[in-house]
Amino acid sequence: MTVTALPTLKPADFASDQEIRWCPGCGDYSILAQTRKALSTVPFPKEKMVFISGIGCSSRFPYYMNTYGFHTIHGRAPTFATGLKLAQPDLMVWVVTGDGDGLSIGGNHLIHALRRNIDIKILLFNNEIYGLTKGQYSPTSRLGTRTKTSPGGSIDAPIRALSLALAAEATFVARTMDLDPAHTASTLQRVAAHKGSAFVEIYQNCKIFNDGVFNYVTDKALRSDNALYLVHGKPMVFGKDNNKGIRLNGLDPEVVTIGKDCALDDIMVHDETAANPTMAYLLSRFAYPDFPEVFGVLRNVSEPTYDELMAKQMADSLAKKGKGDLRKLFRNDDLWTVE
Amino acid sequence: MVVSAPAAPSRFEEVDSITIRFAGDSGDGMQVVGTQLTNVSAIMGNDIATFPDFPAEIRAPAGTLAGVSGFQVHFASTDIHTPGDSLNCLVVMNPAALKTNLKDLQPGGILIVNADSFGVTDLGKAKYATNPLEDGSLKGYRIVKVAIDKLNREALKDSNLAIRDADRCKNFFALGLVFWMFERSQETTIKWLHAKFGKKPDILQANISALKAGYNYGETVELMPIQYRVAKAKISPGTYRKITGNEALAMGLVAACELANKTMVCASYPITPATDVLHQLADMKNFGVKTIQAEDEIAAVGMALGASYGGAIGITGTSGPGVCLKSEAINLAVMTELPLVIIDVQRGGPSTGLPTKTEQSDLLQAFFGRNGESPVAIIAPKTPGDCFNMAFEAIRIATEFMVPIFILSDGYIANGAEPWLIPEVDNLPKIKINHPTGPNSQGSSATHENGAGEPGKFLPYKRNENLVRPWAIPGTIGLEHRIGGIEKQDVTGNINYEPANHEHMVWTRAQKVANIAKTIPDLVVEGDQEGELLVIGWGGTYGTIATGVQKARLNGWKIGQVHFQYLNPFPKNTAEVFQKFKYFLVPELNRGQLLLLLRGTFLIDAKGLNKIQGKPFLVSEIMDGIKPYFHSNGNADNS
Ligand code: SF4
Repeated sequence: MTVTALPTLKPADFASDQEIRWCPGCGDYSILAQTRKALSTVPFPKEKMVFISGIGCSSRFPYYMNTYGFHTIHGRAPTFATGLKLAQPDLMVWVVTGDGDGLSIGGNHLIHALRRNIDIKILLFNNEIYGLTKGQYSPTSRLGTRTKTSPGGSIDAPIRALSLALAAEATFVARTMDLDPAHTASTLQRVAAHKGSAFVEIYQNCKIFNDGVFNYVTDKALRSDNALYLVHGKPMVFGKDNNKGIRLNGLDPEVVTIGKDCALDDIMVHDETAANPTMAYLLSRFAYPDFPEVFGVLRNVSEPTYDELMAKQMADSLAKKGKGDLRKLFRNDDLWTVE
Repeated sequence: MVVSAPAAPSRFEEVDSITIRFAGDSGDGMQVVGTQLTNVSAIMGNDIATFPDFPAEIRAPAGTLAGVSGFQVHFASTDIHTPGDSLNCLVVMNPAALKTNLKDLQPGGILIVNADSFGVTDLGKAKYATNPLEDGSLKGYRIVKVAIDKLNREALKDSNLAIRDADRCKNFFALGLVFWMFERSQETTIKWLHAKFGKKPDILQANISALKAGYNYGETVELMPIQYRVAKAKISPGTYRKITGNEALAMGLVAACELANKTMVCASYPITPATDVLHQLADMKNFGVKTIQAEDEIAAVGMALGASYGGAIGITGTSGPGVCLKSEAINLAVMTELPLVIIDVQRGGPSTGLPTKTEQSDLLQAFFGRNGESPVAIIAPKTPGDCFNMAFEAIRIATEFMVPIFILSDGYIANGAEPWLIPEVDNLPKIKINHPTGPNSQGSSATHENGAGEPGKFLPYKRNENLVRPWAIPGTIGLEHRIGGIEKQDVTGNINYEPANHEHMVWTRAQKVANIAKTIPDLVVEGDQEGELLVIGWGGTYGTIATGVQKARLNGWKIGQVHFQYLNPFPKNTAEVFQKFKYFLVPELNRGQLLLLLRGTFLIDAKGLNKIQGKPFLVSEIMDGIKPYFHSNGNADNS
């Protein structure tokens, strides 16, 4: 077998010729730039990468990538991605969705794509608002969010995207944010390397309808006190002075000050590979202002993927029954001959 | 039953055809013995047609009217197209079965009754105030009372089976009786029992004993003064099997994909009466068939279309309620111009409707059940065996024209069976599919095609002579492109909201579907090629309409018959055919859906003949619909 070296690509090679139509200042721009950058470093042929999206601001994403792209219908992107992956298991299939698309109208498909562990990568741009329809509250909007459809403040309790992904047994679960480009790029590189259903929530600022909703972590002055960057095998430490940490008190996590409340040894150590997702679930529930919100990879485990299991069943059937023979198939019932 | 030979002095009476129905509780195994009678009759050389009829509930309370399950078999020495209007013989295992089925037994018909199941409780469950076996209400039928429970237990007393298990063999005792009465061979069924219960010798032996006991009982006590004999039918030579519509669909899809050298991805969600197609395909992985049971109907169609986008043959199977949910994704297939096969095994609607009963009421849904101007291809098999041919056509049309296509089957042909001449694989059509491997732009920097840019570009909406765009699949180097549900510029496929472009694209998508007519067969007129009345049908009603028209023509009436297998587009000679007739009658199992289309499209003054009872037409109903058009002298009278 001759191995052809992949051409070296630059981020610009991933840019399509289409004019980008997001609002100026939208967080999507940064995510797009980091995706192009991350993919240019991934050792995988560009023609085998496909971006599939649903409906919403974020779902315009495929038009701006010079890869194969399919802008589908509201909430259903994971289903098209699943079918595509079944047809061509050696493609790298990405789904780009938003909080409305992925968690409201498409919640069911998201759950099932994740629990099947089919090898697709789902990026959920969470801006806690419906942007394309001009500012209605979304399933991730916080209680009390005032919009045109919730003039008295939203009374719908929000979904925690990461908790949902973990409950659906996703094998890779991570979070990043538009305003930390380096972290976005490195997270995407890790997603690209994962086999199985991967889920990444990306905090994304909607400049027009929900500006600043994530300020407490995107503002660099506030970030270190409100964001906990997870590193596998490292204690969960954060804060301006790097002296705050998470300690487990029974089943309840608590924020402690190292050196005052306890020693560094008492701080929880992050294990993204834990088979039991309970810890990851605990982390997924950390919410401002009581807890720092987590960024990085919460869970990264290896399980047989749907496409692998399907391939195995196909091979087993072939081994057991032999290659399908239409002549035999047509005759698999009682026959009679008329002279 | 046409008596064609004198009964005496032989004990055997020669008849053209026999229609029998087994009816009992859903747990009584009526479908099994009905199928056996069908197989045996087919192997004995008769033409056959069947009609299974079962309740929506898997096991309604035993003995109740809701729980009655039936299986009707029509076998004949002549060419038949229907499971028979009325019954020559009805076998009932309990009072509920008697009550729900007696109306279909013809006067003087044979009624075989399991007399052991007519106790007070049984009668109560069937809401009989008095015992019909004793109150004289069955006068006019030839009643054969047999103590099936008792005789069957007696026959199995040496087996190791508990009484409960022995009782489960009584359907085979009943089958044995029927075999004796209609001179059927037991051999095929015994062979089948061996294959089925080979690993359970007790059960195998018990069923064989029950079958033989039933047969011998008939013979020993001379249950009837005569037995009936149905000669072999004159059928074209060849090797046959029995096939249901759902089996034929599954085989046709697999064969078409194999011969097209394509992977099939079939994604479905379980729904009656379509699930069987998924069952069968799921077991054909060694043909390279990939199946997935999706989380819902929407996901199923999404997966199928995603697979088509990836260059596989994407198929989704469902029934009407599922089509409602799939509409949005079907429209995406219309817009992105990708192939997609949607199987709709129609059932009674609206809403959940009649899940196990047949209807033809999804035609307009297939035509129009989506937002916007959304033309799709629509075809409808006319018999169970025709499902095989239409499966090929569906894949051919979907891929040759890059369109979603509906196969409108129905509960009647999906579950009904007929003999099927096994095709030679070498004679089956090989569908050719091309995927582009390089750019298709011939534009130069000076003359851009529709703003398409430089030469050497890939233009995903550049069309061929039939207005079909190329099917470029992910993984092909250099053809990276984006598609989606937003209106796009022709040729380039770029998002485009310009008014003139939208209008152009709407007409283009419609014309592309219209162009399919160039590749489909002309409408064939059966019976009179011109004349007074044209009877127009579509889909699964073919057999009944054809039989009705043939019989009506015996009066000397000038009647032609056409049957649409291709509904969108209609065959190109349709208008021409219509010009040759004065009156038009459109029998449909709905409120007049094809009728509306024909009147709107061809401006003909057609009239409907409609039945919406969850049941197929009877031949007599077709004839009754035809009659008013003719005086006895053969002139049409439509006043
Ligand atoms: S509406 Fe909000 S999310 Fe949408 S493009 Fe504009 S800024 Fe971005």
